[in-house]
Amino acid sequence: MTPVSRPRSRVTRQLVPWLALLPMAATVLWVYVGSIAWSVRVSFSSSRTLPIPDFVGLRQYERLFSSERWTVSLQNLALFGVLFVVGCLVLGFLLAVFIDQRVKGEGLLRTVFLYPYAMSFVATGLVWQWMLNPELGLQQTVRGWGFPGFTFDWIVQQDAVMFAIALAAVWQASGLVMALMLAGLRGVDESLWMAARIDGIPPWRVYLSIVLPMLGPSFGTAFVLLAVGVVKVFDVVVAMTQGGPGLASEVPAKFIIDNLFNRANIGLASAASTVLLLTVLALLAPWLYARGHATRREARAARALAAREGTGEPAVRGVLA
Amino acid sequence: MQTLRTPFRLRAPGLGLALAVAASGALAQANRAEVIHWWTSGGESAAVKELADAYKAAGGTWVDSAIAGGEQARSTAINRMVGGNPPTAAQFNTSQQFRDLIDQGLLNNVDEVATKNNWDKILPAAIVGSIKIKGHFYAVPVDIHMPAWFWYSKAAFAKAGIAAEPKTADEFFADLDKLKAVGLVPLAFGGQPWQEKITFYAWLAHVGGSEMYLKLYRDKDAAMVMSPAFKSVLASFKRLHGYVDAGSPNRNWNDATAMVISGKAGFQIMGDWAKGEFGAAHQTVGKDFGCFAGFGPKSPYLVAGDVFVFPRTTDAAQIKSQQLLATVFTSPKTQVAFSNKKGSIPIRTDVDVAGLDSCAQQGVAIMKDAARQLPSPEMLISPDLEGALQDIITKFWNTNESVDDAAKAIAAAIKS
Repeated sequence: MTPVSRPRSRVTRQLVPWLALLPMAATVLWVYVGSIAWSVRVSFSSSRTLPIPDFVGLRQYERLFSSERWTVSLQNLALFGVLFVVGCLVLGFLLAVFIDQRVKGEGLLRTVFLYPYAMSFVATGLVWQWMLNPELGLQQTVRGWGFPGFTFDWIVQQDAVMFAIALAAVWQASGLVMALMLAGLRGVDESLWMAARIDGIPPWRVYLSIVLPMLGPSFGTAFVLLAVGVVKVFDVVVAMTQGGPGLASEVPAKFIIDNLFNRANIGLASAASTVLLLTVLALLAPWLYARGHATRREARAARALAAREGTGEPAVRGVLA
Repeated sequence: MQTLRTPFRLRAPGLGLALAVAASGALAQANRAEVIHWWTSGGESAAVKELADAYKAAGGTWVDSAIAGGEQARSTAINRMVGGNPPTAAQFNTSQQFRDLIDQGLLNNVDEVATKNNWDKILPAAIVGSIKIKGHFYAVPVDIHMPAWFWYSKAAFAKAGIAAEPKTADEFFADLDKLKAVGLVPLAFGGQPWQEKITFYAWLAHVGGSEMYLKLYRDKDAAMVMSPAFKSVLASFKRLHGYVDAGSPNRNWNDATAMVISGKAGFQIMGDWAKGEFGAAHQTVGKDFGCFAGFGPKSPYLVAGDVFVFPRTTDAAQIKSQQLLATVFTSPKTQVAFSNKKGSIPIRTDVDVAGLDSCAQQGVAIMKDAARQLPSPEMLISPDLEGALQDIITKFWNTNESVDDAAKAIAAAIKS
């Protein structure tokens, strides 16, 4: 680079962040937003195996919501979402608290708890399927021990199969929540604990009333990660039940994939994806709004501060906003 | 955005050059044919090797593109056709899976080969109906699979005191009761939606009869679906559920076959590909296990199978390869060699059946009677409707849904 004079350097400094962001921005615009726009367009066409550029209005959406399998899928998603998120947060937090007691072999335990997350559900789901199978797994084993009345056949029961799937999913993801929470717990100032000890407050009370509220950001991160996992849940269902018995464990992602390929119905699959996207946006909007509100407030404060000091950096601020 | 366009434009000539080099390399090989298929299991790859060897013997160069999983292989083929870089040939099922591709003008026809080899005469009508669209042949059939065979364990029969194969549905139920009484699993069943679906096909064809079957799948006759006769078929289909074990949901078909092989279960209703499992367990037909294609001497024979389609191209060398493929695949010698490895039966009945096993010989004998041939539902209805019906059947099989509600759901699905 040739040396540049002071005023040009300022222009360059404004340009550099934009240039650096350009590849990412182009990817987001063309690949992500472009694909979304294209899917939405296809959802208004009568496309079957191949995309056809005609326009049939909301016909695919009418079909979608008259399909029993789709409504069952949405209900299952809601049930799974609640079970999975609550289960992971509670279990992950308890595991983190347990490890935070400076137990022996902490490193080993941390690895053990986090390990399921590192494995693909295509493999572990199969193991779960065998364990839960009433004629191969747990039920048969316990009966063999001399408890002939023992029954644990959730995976083949219409109204219990989603609990079996949530059980396996919680087993997989709670280690991740544990890791996040543990990082949060280790960030709690030691002096807080000492103060509590001097005041004679029992540890469970400290965790509940002081530490838990301080872990807000960790919970936020964990929640977002888990929520994304809920919306795209697919592999665990395919590996464990293939949506069965009957339609009892169907989920939207499986509906979309089946229609996209096997059933040669990309119009309907696109309509389903669009509905799923809108659902996610509806859930995300309040959160984005709250966060945007907070960011704007901070930006205003920063601007006020910068104005006072007389060294405004509009370029950087513009990029960050 | 402007800054990004330039590098793309700059890169384009380089890409073109690379493609040109690749293309000229392709021209150097005689009758080069790239074939996409999903035959990746042991027996299947041995079978496809027969096709490849026959093609090489005819002077061609075979480029094998095996992609595991039918869905995956088909969507790859479709994506490449749409993207302008099609393979020479691509596998589909003998069905309506490739109908949209014909409508969009993405396939070449092989009328020349078909006329020369008299396909109209030598191929079963059900297959011609699937591959000949608006007077043109758009695919070459390679095998016939029959998805609705009955398999049984001789050991289980002996234990339950069953002397002969059942000749009617009533006898079948009586045998199931006998098997149940001696503590065996009467019907080995894999509770996955596609298996529930083909069991229903089998039941409808064998118990309801050809006429009722065609009224549903060919004529989409909603009034027939609401009739007492059809409802009684639905009810007796559901009656089978009382003869499966608690571990059946989501069981793989070959795990169910293994139950028959070990003598733990009596019957399985499954396609002729199950034969491969018995063979792998060193069991012989007639001694350890038995097969029958339906109840009694007039039972219909469901015709399904695989075809190869030929993506549109104007390249004369590729068209020549496509026609050579079509000729080689349907020749009697290739057909017998292929069928033996695949477990299917040949697409033509004018072949020497001595080399085939007794189940396949039984199948070929039935196929000679055109009145017993019945096209599989995939040939008669769109993948979309087939999927919708599959959802209805799996729900009916697995829940307490009444026969009336299931019939209503089927009627609504075929009307829309």
